[in-house]
Amino acid sequence: MQALTNRSKVVSKKEMTFVEKLYLPAIFGGLMITVSHFFRKKPTIKYPEQKREIAGVFRGQHVLKRDEIGAERCTACGLCAVACPAEAITMTAAERQPGEEGLYREEKYAAKYEINMLRCIFCGDCEEACPKEAIFLTDRIVQADYKRNIFVYGKDLLVEPKDNPIDLSKRQTPEVKEFKHHTEYQHNQTFDKKQKIKAGGH
Amino acid sequence: MVLTPIIFKIILVLCVFGITLLVATYSTYAERKIAAFLQDRIGPDRAGPFGILQPLADAVKMFMKEEMIPTVSNKWLFILGPALALLTACMTGVVIPWGKSLIIGGHEYSLQITDLNIGILYLFGVVSLGVYGIMIGGWASNNKYSLLGGIRASSQMISYEVAMGLSIIALVMTTGTLSLKDIAAAQHGGHWNFFIQPLGCLIFIICAFAETNRAPFDLAECETELIGGYHTEYSSMKLGFFLFAEYINMFISSAVIATFYFGGYNMPFVGRFVHDPNWLAVLGIVFMFAKISFGIFFFMWVRWTIPRFRYDQLMNLGWKVLIPLSILNIVVTGVFMMRHEIMAYFVK
Ligand code: SF4
Ligand code: SF4
Repeated sequence: MQALTNRSKVVSKKEMTFVEKLYLPAIFGGLMITVSHFFRKKPTIKYPEQKREIAGVFRGQHVLKRDEIGAERCTACGLCAVACPAEAITMTAAERQPGEEGLYREEKYAAKYEINMLRCIFCGDCEEACPKEAIFLTDRIVQADYKRNIFVYGKDLLVEPKDNPIDLSKRQTPEVKEFKHHTEYQHNQTFDKKQKIKAGGH
Repeated sequence: MVLTPIIFKIILVLCVFGITLLVATYSTYAERKIAAFLQDRIGPDRAGPFGILQPLADAVKMFMKEEMIPTVSNKWLFILGPALALLTACMTGVVIPWGKSLIIGGHEYSLQITDLNIGILYLFGVVSLGVYGIMIGGWASNNKYSLLGGIRASSQMISYEVAMGLSIIALVMTTGTLSLKDIAAAQHGGHWNFFIQPLGCLIFIICAFAETNRAPFDLAECETELIGGYHTEYSSMKLGFFLFAEYINMFISSAVIATFYFGGYNMPFVGRFVHDPNWLAVLGIVFMFAKISFGIFFFMWVRWTIPRFRYDQLMNLGWKVLIPLSILNIVVTGVFMMRHEIMAYFVK
């Protein structure tokens, strides 16, 4: 029979020689190996103080972006929920009333918008599906907690604060930004270029 | 106030007791740190700078844990087990000479709590008692794993005590005394017993590992097979006592090994530079503790290097290797000591 790999070894059960039977040389060798690790540089990252460098396209906790006047971009079209393979997103739509133009960008908005962070697999499909450049994944890590219901993030946690826009520049690589500029793709079509740069490069 | 000998002794007893507990406490910290470093980790570093307060946090945790006594257990024996383990562990420190004598106001104060002329026998007696804590704990738990752990511990201790005693006999032959003070004093100037009795020293160290139930001979605990062995059923500070006793035993074993084979408080060449006896005594304590620290480090180093023995291997090593070797050691030592007489007999 032919071996699958060339790494297989024949197990030999030969008698131990006298030196091997003494054990002591082997023990001494083992001690030397462990002590050599004693002085090695430790790869530990002391987490809360020290954070690991994460990839530019890291996919973490979502953000619902606002546009340049501070209105929520999301129009509750539900495309993200449809695209989501984990069925993590639910929302309730509502109609914008006259006078709320500064709050919601489109005539329809999400009155309720929830992502279940325990279901979410952080695939980023919602971000890709969104025609309004409203939802993005960020480099923030979803906090651990003791209770399950805390992980259903509502609009209070998802919509970016007005005075503190979430920085997406690190996560949005030039390639991603470039892609967002391609107006031949349908979901990039409704915007002019100026707005897209802002959405992508906050 | 005059420093009467009795007051000095009381102070010394308290000091030794306190230092024993302190060293044992920080051994737990050292154990975790050393284990971490040998495994390319950092280890506990959250409580205080470098995690230096970790033992305190552990102690608080131990006290806060729920105290559980299994209903099927024998309650009194269950409590007696860890108490006995800790008591016997603390008792061994009294015969160890921690340093040379201090001379205060023309009086000489020995840094050994009591100089028994049969110190070695006392040591062995107390160490053998130590297994009762484990056995009683394992028996009283009324749990098959605990019982197995207790049985293993007792048979292991009995087997290795024989080899240990035999290796010491050779040492007693060369030193001619059973008093630890004289053994330590005889090793001044670099005449360490290690050089006279290398084989005996090796056997003694191996047996010390077995007597303290440390890896590679920790078959009594053996968490992979026996879920913690004799202390499976223990929780809270009673478990803490068992673990603590192990660390105290390790400390005392290191002290005994240092005293028997590595010169105790002696360090060669120091006498040439320091002449004041009090400073010599203080330096002696420092050297003693340096040796003990290395001993403890060695215990831990071995623990995190060598895997646990199988039970039959353990017994084979004890009865078929160590005991014949130590008997051989006695014979060789005897022949060497009597070499002139033997030569005279043949050359005549
Ligand atoms: S990242 Fe993926 S799994 Fe998570 S909400 Fe978006 S589409 Fe759903
Ligand atoms: S796809 Fe975009 S606009 Fe549509 S509901 Fe989702 S986040 Fe809102």
